[in-house]
Amino acid sequence: MIKFTGVFKAYPKGVLALKDVTFHLRKGEFIFLTGHSGAGKSTVLRLIYGEQQPTSGDIRVSGFNTTNISTRETAKLRRRLGIVFQDFRLLTDRTTEENVAFALEVTGTRRSVIAPKVMRVLTQVGLAVKARSYPRELSGGEQQRVAIARALVNDPFVLIADEPTGNLDERAARGVFRLLRDINANGTAIILATHNLDLVRSTDYRTIELQEGAIVYDSEIDARDGT
Amino acid sequence: MRLIFREAFLSFTRTPTLSVLSIVTIAFALFVVGLFGLVAVNLKEALAGIEERVEIVMYLQRGTPRAAAVAARADIRSFPEIESVGYVTEDDALQRARSELVEFQDAFGELVTNPLPASLEIKLKPGFRDEASVAAVARRLEGFRFAEDIRFGRDWIAKLDRLRDVTAAIGLFIGAAFALASVIIIGTTIRMSVIQRADEIGIMRLVGATDGFIRRPFLLEGAIKGALGGIAAVGLNFAAFQAVNRTLLEASFFTNQQATTIILFGTVLGLLASAFSVRKHLGKV
Repeated sequence: MIKFTGVFKAYPKGVLALKDVTFHLRKGEFIFLTGHSGAGKSTVLRLIYGEQQPTSGDIRVSGFNTTNISTRETAKLRRRLGIVFQDFRLLTDRTTEENVAFALEVTGTRRSVIAPKVMRVLTQVGLAVKARSYPRELSGGEQQRVAIARALVNDPFVLIADEPTGNLDERAARGVFRLLRDINANGTAIILATHNLDLVRSTDYRTIELQEGAIVYDSEIDARDGT
Repeated sequence: MRLIFREAFLSFTRTPTLSVLSIVTIAFALFVVGLFGLVAVNLKEALAGIEERVEIVMYLQRGTPRAAAVAARADIRSFPEIESVGYVTEDDALQRARSELVEFQDAFGELVTNPLPASLEIKLKPGFRDEASVAAVARRLEGFRFAEDIRFGRDWIAKLDRLRDVTAAIGLFIGAAFALASVIIIGTTIRMSVIQRADEIGIMRLVGATDGFIRRPFLLEGAIKGALGGIAAVGLNFAAFQAVNRTLLEASFFTNQQATTIILFGTVLGLLASAFSVRKHLGKV
């Protein structure tokens, strides 16, 4: 599904953001990506959704080779991904349902199928009753649920979440995390970057830890090696 | 499609002043081009009228026998360029002078002898009314022994021709300057709305909208502004034309096709300006 092989990423000023990163996310898998700020978590995610290209190495995302991808191909790829950020990135002048529908509208989905699809994902994230609310009328947790609904509405094979609970209080964070687990249980793979170790420790999902751009721990490999 | 129209319309309402400004500059650019165009169109029409009257007049020496003149007339009529040849006798000339130059009635009345020469008035066929043919025929006429003087309005036809060209050139030049200004202003408005909508564009990209899709509302916005500017320009030109028509002289207006061309030109101008600007600025968002 997603496969990194010996990926390096250097930024223009000579900063090496990723060093020889290799991992493989399988279908329906849930991976925690941990590490301090600046360890390279966001870079890994940006390379997955084609926001940046690696300096060297090979990246495969569901049949796309994002090592060297055109903008048109990037757009196609992103329709198969769901992306969620710490700061929600909702359009403040649109309601919940309009924000979710937007993802379908801009990819040219037929109008007749938009409304039922939007209602379905809003129900899934538990926000059907707030369909007509504007982001400013919602709590942080609810806004993140809208963002997750928008990410889900295109039926992605993987949900990419960059610190999705970073702006939320503990209760809301737990709620959002529970939602992500439910989504994963329904078959969508999830790769979640976070430095909230409580969240990580509360489950036995696979964990990959980055330090200064290099993978220093991968629970799958290290468990197999018995270390 | 509905989405594209909605987005394009939204950005109008978000930057109304700049939007109006860009429409106005396009309108002025095309108005100026149009004004000079109108002058050129009318000059061309006037020239066509004058060309129809292109004549060569061969004045005959005093005392040329009538028979010689008539023979020459038949001769000239057989030239391939000639449409008709008229013979104006000395008496005819005086007659014409008397009726046409009423102010000099008294002077003519006191004449003892007729001072006016006889002449052959030669009219050319439509395809031969240009400077070169006229000059060629005139040169051939010089061969007649009794030709006193040969006149044709070559100079001022050429001058009118040149005037028309100059008018068109000035119009194009000033119009181009205004067009450039409107391209810059439209480009700026598009830039503003790209920046203003950076969040939206970011999200569109995130969920997999193609750049072409993201660009379309901006292109539509530019095209609409250009078309509105073009329509306004035609309106302004019509107002100017009416004012001239009522007070100065009878002029003619653009044909529907020419008016449509102006509007189309405005649309293309708006489209190009926004295409250029959006291409340049979308990459930075």
